[in-house]
Amino acid sequence: MTEKTDPILIKGASLLGERTADVLVVDGVVAEIGTPDAAGARVVDADGLVLLPGLVDLHTHLREPGREDAETILTGSRAAAVGGYTAVLAMANTTPVTDTAEAAERVLDLGRQAGLVDVQPVGAVTKGLAGEELAEIGLMARSRAAVRVFSDDGKCVHNARVMRRALEYVKAFGGVVSQHAQDPDLAGPASCCHEGELSGRLGLPGWPGVAEEVIVARDVMLARHTGSRVHVAHASTAGTVEVLRWAKAQGIAVTAEVTPHHLLLTTDLLAGYDPTYKVNPPLRPAEDVEALREALADGTIDAVATDHAPHARHDKEHAFVDAAFGMLGLETALGVVATVMVESGRMGWGDLARVMSTRPAQIAGLADHGRPLAVGEPAHLTLVDPAAAVVVDRDSSVSLSRNNPWHGRSLSAAVHATLLRGVPTVLEGKLA
Amino acid sequence: MPATTEPTGQPSGQTGTPPELPGRTVLDARDIARALTRISHEILERNKGHEGLVLLGIPTRGVGLAKRIAARIADVEGVAVPVGALDITLYRDDLRKHPARGPQPTDVPVGGIDGKTVVLVDDVLYSGRTVRAALDALADLGRPDAVRLAVLVDRGHRELPIRADHVGKNLPSARSERVMVRLSETDGHDVVQIADAPGGEPA
Amino acid sequence: MKKHLLSVDDLTADDVHTLFTTAAEMHDVQRRQVKKLPALRGRTVINMFFEDSTRTRSSFEIAGKWLSADTINITGKGSSASKGESLRDTVLTVASMGVDALVVRHGASGACQQVAQWIDAVVINAGDGTHEHPTQALLDAYTLTRRLGTLEGKHVVIVGDLTHSRVFRSNVACLTMLGAEVTVVAPPTLMPSGVDAWSASAGFATTYDLDEVIDKADAVMMLRVQRERMSGGFFPTGREYTVGYGLTRDRLARLGPDVPICHPGPMNRGLEIAADAADAVQSAILEQVSAGVAIRMSVLYHLLAGEGAV
Repeated sequence: MTEKTDPILIKGASLLGERTADVLVVDGVVAEIGTPDAAGARVVDADGLVLLPGLVDLHTHLREPGREDAETILTGSRAAAVGGYTAVLAMANTTPVTDTAEAAERVLDLGRQAGLVDVQPVGAVTKGLAGEELAEIGLMARSRAAVRVFSDDGKCVHNARVMRRALEYVKAFGGVVSQHAQDPDLAGPASCCHEGELSGRLGLPGWPGVAEEVIVARDVMLARHTGSRVHVAHASTAGTVEVLRWAKAQGIAVTAEVTPHHLLLTTDLLAGYDPTYKVNPPLRPAEDVEALREALADGTIDAVATDHAPHARHDKEHAFVDAAFGMLGLETALGVVATVMVESGRMGWGDLARVMSTRPAQIAGLADHGRPLAVGEPAHLTLVDPAAAVVVDRDSSVSLSRNNPWHGRSLSAAVHATLLRGVPTVLEGKLA
Repeated sequence: MPATTEPTGQPSGQTGTPPELPGRTVLDARDIARALTRISHEILERNKGHEGLVLLGIPTRGVGLAKRIAARIADVEGVAVPVGALDITLYRDDLRKHPARGPQPTDVPVGGIDGKTVVLVDDVLYSGRTVRAALDALADLGRPDAVRLAVLVDRGHRELPIRADHVGKNLPSARSERVMVRLSETDGHDVVQIADAPGGEPA
Repeated sequence: MKKHLLSVDDLTADDVHTLFTTAAEMHDVQRRQVKKLPALRGRTVINMFFEDSTRTRSSFEIAGKWLSADTINITGKGSSASKGESLRDTVLTVASMGVDALVVRHGASGACQQVAQWIDAVVINAGDGTHEHPTQALLDAYTLTRRLGTLEGKHVVIVGDLTHSRVFRSNVACLTMLGAEVTVVAPPTLMPSGVDAWSASAGFATTYDLDEVIDKADAVMMLRVQRERMSGGFFPTGREYTVGYGLTRDRLARLGPDVPICHPGPMNRGLEIAADAADAVQSAILEQVSAGVAIRMSVLYHLLAGEGAV
């Protein structure tokens, strides 16, 4: 459905960094590309800017219901829009858990009410995320929320039998299970970081990369066996990349995402015991970071997903072992990926659009998002200033939380404008 | 025969390294030797002999002086008198003003100080705070019958009601002046000098 | 010296020697009738122990009191399990009562580092998780120095559950700083992760074979092994651990009469250390305890006496 909105002329943008053209947006749709006549349109000067399809985040924690002190669907939507996102998938580990149709519809409605980004609820795989009985996956799929991505994220679907059943079950409606790969028998309850030389010196209990890899390996075999799709959430190790390469070469229907922080931050940052850097999966050594970058560039990893995980200050102000896991990510994702992958020449803007918009939309089954920049497509658009140099200031974030690992860092590229269905949600880098 | 370790019968000027600061020599090696001899006799006179005497030098230079006095007393009386060291670092009233300094050894001779006559020995008496700290330190070590004070130089400017019983030399000084005592045990030669210096030097 | 003592790495070799010299002087206080020095009069030291420890806490308490400081013990409930106050709030509440120093023991590695960032007072690490226990390492090295003289070139063998030992981490740092050659011994499951790279860069040796090194030891340090580690699958039975890694009577017999045996306590007699070894003439275990008070007096003095100096 299209809304009656003011026409907008995006003037002089470089489409996907490839060719410069003017883009006219009318009634929520891309009406003309080239040199349209734009009488009466509101002009957005995009000289020197890059136009991308609106970004899609496969993995966000909006904390509502349950932890509205850390984030709400409204504040999370603001952060998403500022970050250039037009759609986010909201993970199910809220309180209560999103494991029923009613809960999913509630999240959908709150997202629509906020109206800044399309909030697509993710449904739990198991009841209460307990890992034992399947949740009402079918009802969630049939609800107004049309849930297609299911995840117990935060926890691993550890039981092989349950994972098998889930993979089989979602075939009925083209759903996908997004697995938080972490074998609890290899990652003990007190584990809080990557197990390696640094954790040995620091006396921090950690878990090794293999705790992720054994689950990824098992799941791709189950995906093959069941003929179903599986998605690997927040891949973090070189070993996982190896398994993914092999599995894709076999034609197995596996997709994978990587977070911005796993593309840049390493476990060395833990030397000061700062809980800002405590995250699950943990920051890994440089070898893993390099493998992830290569995999993103060559498509072995399909998408970037933020795993935006807001936390109230008091949940982080503990000793490292006791602090909550998670980092903010929505507002800085584009800057990090642009700095690490585009500026370094490993990817172009077209590739970035693929990993941050097109592929995530396809994996999530969001038909309206991640579309090509072409006439007739829904106007979910993001304008990026590739030459901007931004020093991240955590206090100017629009999220309710402040657990920001990028504070003080310099990132290249900034979101200039975001359009949701042709309506600007962000202009000049600020909420419109 | 004097069984001391310091240089004896030296002409003015001395063995060892020449003074490092341009200053006026107040006591040369011979003067110091004579002063110590007189102090030793005074101590014996005041105490009516050597009974019950314990000499405690305040580190650093007080220790060497205490040993020299003890040696002279031994010469005169033919008996060894207990001698040791009393470090006052931990009893200073100005601890908070400087980074913490490690204490020097406190060496109380066998026999302790209970019921004894302790003679504290130091090189320079100035504000009196060092001696006050020494009295506190003594109180934690025991209960002497009496405590006396012998110093090589009294330069005035007392900040506490403290006086020396035995003084090598009274040296009126300005606060802006620096009094430097050098002894062969610590510095290789014996001399007391006074010089102008910014800020002055506390005892 | 740095403001806080959070890790052995906060000290230089000169600092350690200064601390030892002062400790030697303070050791004498234990023998005096009036066991008091006024050096820390008017200072307030709070022992904030989130983890139980009678031994370390009373050692710090005596040390503070003998220096005339006002010492207070507070037990904190600190873990995430209790999900009450954040650690920061807990610590700030205590610190704002006006303390000069917080002696902190906590079950989480790195806790003291974080506490030091939140408050103005001096922070002394009395044991943080499995990370460090600096005053323990200082008293261990001091005890060995009193027995052996300089530690330069001396071969110290440390045996036990290294993965979970803060005593090991602090000791290896302190002993190598003082020039000792350190070899650590443990079964593979109790060696810290990444120990090969770590030992290579930090300059200590590792082995799974205690018998290979015990004859060459100038000093032996036995670490406590928790029986709970058996349920974690780290080793199958106590007796198997003792045969492979315990200071048994046989191994005791191979130690020269001048080889000190150390143990940070509390001991599991019969598990990691035979009763005979604990009571042998070489045992320095009780000296370690008395050294502990002197070292902690020295640390408190050097960190606090001049605190506030311009």
